[in-house]
Amino acid sequence: MKQFQSSRRSFLALAAVTPFAVMATSACGTSGPGSASGGGASMWFLSGEPNQTTIQKAVDAFGSSNPDNKIAVTYFQNDAYKTKIKTAIGAGQAPTIVYGWGGGTLKTYAEANQVEDLTSWFEANPDLKNKFFPASFGAATVNGKIYALPNQYVAPVVLFYNKELFEKAGVQPPKTWDDVMSLVKTFNDMGVAPFSLGGQSRWTSMMWLEYLLDRIGGAEVFKAIFEGKPNAWMDPAVIETGTKIQELVSADGFIKGFSSITADSKADQALLFTGKAAMLLQGSWTYGPMKKEGQNFVQNGKLGFVTFPTVPGGKGDPKNGVGNPAQYMSISAKATDKEKETAKKFFKDGIMTETVIDAYINSGSVPIVNGIEDKLATSPDKDFLNFVYDLAKNAPNFQQSWDQALSPTAAEALLNNIDQLFLKSITPQQFAQNMNATLGK
Amino acid sequence: MSSTTAHRAATGSRKIEQAGQQKSALAWLTLPAVIFFVVFALAPLVGVLVLSFANWDGIGAIGAAGLENWSSVLTDPGLYNALGLTFLIMIVSWLVQTPISLLLGVFTAGTQRYRAALAVLYFLPLLLSSAAVAIAYKALLDPNFGLAMGLGLPFLAQDWLGVPQLALGLVIFVIAWQFVPFHTLIYQGGVRQIPKSLYEAAQIDGAGILKQFFHITLPQLKYTIITSSTLMVVGSLTYFDLIFVLTGGGPGNSTRILALDMYLRGFRANLMGPASVIAVILVVVGLVLALFLQRLGGKDKQGSQLEGL
Repeated sequence: MKQFQSSRRSFLALAAVTPFAVMATSACGTSGPGSASGGGASMWFLSGEPNQTTIQKAVDAFGSSNPDNKIAVTYFQNDAYKTKIKTAIGAGQAPTIVYGWGGGTLKTYAEANQVEDLTSWFEANPDLKNKFFPASFGAATVNGKIYALPNQYVAPVVLFYNKELFEKAGVQPPKTWDDVMSLVKTFNDMGVAPFSLGGQSRWTSMMWLEYLLDRIGGAEVFKAIFEGKPNAWMDPAVIETGTKIQELVSADGFIKGFSSITADSKADQALLFTGKAAMLLQGSWTYGPMKKEGQNFVQNGKLGFVTFPTVPGGKGDPKNGVGNPAQYMSISAKATDKEKETAKKFFKDGIMTETVIDAYINSGSVPIVNGIEDKLATSPDKDFLNFVYDLAKNAPNFQQSWDQALSPTAAEALLNNIDQLFLKSITPQQFAQNMNATLGK
Repeated sequence: MSSTTAHRAATGSRKIEQAGQQKSALAWLTLPAVIFFVVFALAPLVGVLVLSFANWDGIGAIGAAGLENWSSVLTDPGLYNALGLTFLIMIVSWLVQTPISLLLGVFTAGTQRYRAALAVLYFLPLLLSSAAVAIAYKALLDPNFGLAMGLGLPFLAQDWLGVPQLALGLVIFVIAWQFVPFHTLIYQGGVRQIPKSLYEAAQIDGAGILKQFFHITLPQLKYTIITSSTLMVVGSLTYFDLIFVLTGGGPGNSTRILALDMYLRGFRANLMGPASVIAVILVVVGLVLALFLQRLGGKDKQGSQLEGL
């Protein structure tokens, strides 16, 4: 009996002590990986060249002229970063500078008061605001307030092609969807894959839908989806888009094994410059890496680029573009005042300096800075840069990438359903219905 | 007589008292373990249970959701796909891994020197992390730049990870490749525990190698089989890293097992509530399986394993 009592007493004692132990253990969790030491700020950025070197140089230069406001950068792979940053923000451990693509994800952060409202700061610094393309602020704005600094470059999705293979086949790049389907046959007969695609990354497949829907139904269809209008996904243009995609898959339009190729490993680009695939629909940001790693493929003028073909009977303006209007940096609301000051100073003096602008142009990108026409014209990549610049500038509508424009919940459902659409495990009708169920989420 | 009884009773009660004090001291010694268990096992479990009834995107404020998460997950065909895949991988993995590891274990338990060298080779996959294994296989299996094209064997250049059925089979194969060494190690230890005298007696009675295997080795390994199977079955509920890197749950949903489904819902789609529902389901399935296997092995716990000795 006594034994029982004593063990019960010790158990009760344990129960009384435990909450304090929990408090003690959880109390040490305040300084996470996100916080930097010594008054500086921390920043997370994407790994991969040439941008990694560019940003590192900018940070180093900023650090040497501002020794009290150093910035510590950590690099992550694209797909891994998107998950990591969300988790870190949810756990209150975000870096001072939150890199992102604006749109739906930024909206979630802003509505949860996790990022700083920069509206008044931009008003106090009109020079900075006027420095960038006006269109680049759209995806940085939530409910009329600016929550992010647009930076880096404009990145429309472009149809790249291998000029050598096109000469060999004696054909021209596609202007219409019928051209696409006939080129698929030509290249398959030659034993070359018509289109390269890093399908395991899924946002790569999404680019096809973005352009096709725009060409078939016009910009209004996705605008209605973005605004969450009832049954917006049930538009006949969505179903026609899905049908066209599945026709292309059935005709072996994409390279064998596309659904196991990832874009992070750049295998989809490698397929284009090694001549295993004739065309690639990818963001203009792949130009730099292809130039760097493609064994003189770009330098020898073998890389061609055109806008997305038109679809017969389609309502969309063929000048419309899709892609990323810019990249964005926000400031974590959880950062200390000193860290926030450092970040703002970096935004103003460190991020889009002349050196950085030149570095972007040299790597084959169009920075989102006004008045760069002269610089573009003297670049060795002037053909591509002017093409991108004109596409971005002249587009009556420049649609932000869907997975960034939509909320994370809807975006994940979208990517999952696109994957199944490309595998033909769901019909275009089912795709539209599944997506319709995510409206307003 | 009576005095001895009294004396005995007195010592007895003293002993009980001492034992009681000792036990209470022991209870205090378990304090760190209990704290750890509460902080790192029970508290998160309760947290998940609470979250499964909450509305949370992982970033903003947490709100009550009632039964909404549960009803949405339980009516989602994705859940049953994930559950089915989890059990399919579990059962096929068991069917593939058990005979291979059993035979390899019996073989490597021998004493010849070359077996030791072979044993080292067999155990190599065990030393690699799952992520490294997945990345290596992914590179080798790439239909355009992979091993098949490198060796000039285009018929091997299938779209291994891009076709749902192939991808599922491949996941099971890679899991087996990685974990067979571990179970081989367990069986090797089990076989070495079997007394030599049993085999000597059987040989005298004229039993051949097959008879010895089926009538001595296999029955003596009963508990080893149960241990290894428990690890396999419960472990297969937590396969995550390998599949996450290898296929990401794709193509489509063809390798999206329960643990991966939980992660994708929670951290990709910002649906912490439904993800917590899956986590609770995972805990329940794991507990039921562990209890079932315990039952299977526990029936004649008291019986000697070394029959005839």
